[in-house]
Amino acid sequence: MPSSIAQRISPAARRAGRRQRLIAASLIAPFAIVYLSFLVYPTLRVIGLSLTNADIAGVGKFIGLKNYAHLIHDRLFWASLGHTLYFMLLCVVPNTAVGLVFALMLVRLHRARGLAQALFFLPYILPVSVVTVIWIWMFDSSYGVVNFLLHTKIQWFQDAGWAMPSVSFVTIWWTVGFNMLLFLAGLENIPREYYEAAALDGVSRGLQLFRYITWPLLWPVTSLVLILQVLAQWQIFNQVYLLTAGGPANKTIVVLQYMYVQGFQTGHGGYAATIAIVLFILILLTSTLQVRFLRARSD
Amino acid sequence: MKAVRKSILSPITTIATIIVGLIWIFPLYWALNTSLSVDTNTVLIPPAFFPKPMLLDAFAYVIKNTTIVQWYLNSVVSSIVIVVIVLSISMMCAFALSQIRFRASRAVFMAILAGFMIPAATNVIPLFMQLNSLNLVNTYWGLILPQLVSPIAVVIYKQFFDQMPVELSDAAKIDGAGEFRILFRIFLPLNWAITWALAIVLFIWAWNNFFWPFIIINSTPKMTIPVGITQVQSWYGIAYPRQLASAVLAALPTAVLYLIFQRRVAQGVAITSGIK
Repeated sequence: MPSSIAQRISPAARRAGRRQRLIAASLIAPFAIVYLSFLVYPTLRVIGLSLTNADIAGVGKFIGLKNYAHLIHDRLFWASLGHTLYFMLLCVVPNTAVGLVFALMLVRLHRARGLAQALFFLPYILPVSVVTVIWIWMFDSSYGVVNFLLHTKIQWFQDAGWAMPSVSFVTIWWTVGFNMLLFLAGLENIPREYYEAAALDGVSRGLQLFRYITWPLLWPVTSLVLILQVLAQWQIFNQVYLLTAGGPANKTIVVLQYMYVQGFQTGHGGYAATIAIVLFILILLTSTLQVRFLRARSD
Repeated sequence: MKAVRKSILSPITTIATIIVGLIWIFPLYWALNTSLSVDTNTVLIPPAFFPKPMLLDAFAYVIKNTTIVQWYLNSVVSSIVIVVIVLSISMMCAFALSQIRFRASRAVFMAILAGFMIPAATNVIPLFMQLNSLNLVNTYWGLILPQLVSPIAVVIYKQFFDQMPVELSDAAKIDGAGEFRILFRIFLPLNWAITWALAIVLFIWAWNNFFWPFIIINSTPKMTIPVGITQVQSWYGIAYPRQLASAVLAALPTAVLYLIFQRRVAQGVAITSGIK
């Protein structure tokens, strides 16, 4: 449209239009180059790779859908998917609930709010390896403070039953501050008048206020928190790798870790790409939900 | 009566919340406690709740006997390079999309938004091959380049630039200022607040990034600090004070940055998550 108007107006305006396009292109170019080389290109290549028997250097030949056929019967892949889902089950809702509780506690504070907020948020800004070193020590089976306080001798990260719940617990401790911050922003956006109006109608008990005002008005934030966590936790790897290394006996291996093992430890680049594609599709389905939700919010 | 109840309850709520908060960060105290202790203090039952004697031995040992200083430098330099490049290229791209009218503008923006759907983790296999063919495995550029992709910064800058009054750039243009000048002399100074918030959050992300540095770097002296400290473990077997001393050192920069710029970090986190 703008260019057809320019054509009708004058050669000078057309020149100006061309100059504008040139400037726009040169401003966009650096970002575009990075974006195309390190996001778009690898995304396209991973599809091609999944149809080959490439090693980790990318050398191999086309084998059609053989990787996918193999994947369907790969029990360790299904186990890793199951462990990822189990991790989500242990993590997503509790992490959201704890974040909400902390936010509700903080929003009531008139004094020392910055301090209290820092206490809950601080773990979130730590590198994952710092978090895992701390918790390996906390959970140490002989001299750990947790076993001391509980009068137990549990090997939290080595015990088949306890390993995944322990990893989830550590994850919640580490990341709940993020959820809390989002809830806090959401709570502050609820107009005070709603609570005053409710008080006039005779609703004054905290639980009722929460149920009829806070919870429904906070729902957009709650759903955002839930979706962001599901997106992040499809890609869980670091904590699991550092805390349990997928053990005992692959009982906690997760999808991304299986991709890592296939790609970088046994050198099956093509097969690892196939695992990546499946994970990618799962994440894509989740983020489609997110985009729809964000659009609904901005309209 | 209600006001009375509130004034009594308020300090109690505050104190209760602080106590819960202190319990929540007890593991951090515990890390500090152990890092200041000697090895023999970590095998006591009941555990020693204070470092006695309090010593910096573990810190001294880690600094002297590992390449932790090098890991620090690697992390500082790579994180700063990432933040500066990401902010510059995003700012320029957002300026073009927001202030210059051209046909493909909307298509470009939609393409950038589509980038949000692509998870970084599933691309590591082709990325590794790509950098391998460029001979960038185990190099600083190999570490940095893939971390420069950050569509969120473009979207946020565009959002802020869109809110700038049109008269501003019009007036500058009449004065003969070019687009680059308008961006760096007018738009950037007027958006320092968001630039700082983004810079701090991007820095913390880059500093804390684990997965990519873990994959692309395989020689110990080139590691970033979060990956490097996992090596301390394998160097000494179990020696908790040393491991925790290296963990405390690794956590220090981002923790200090957060405590100084608490409100900016909160703002940055809220904005990049799409809540504000």
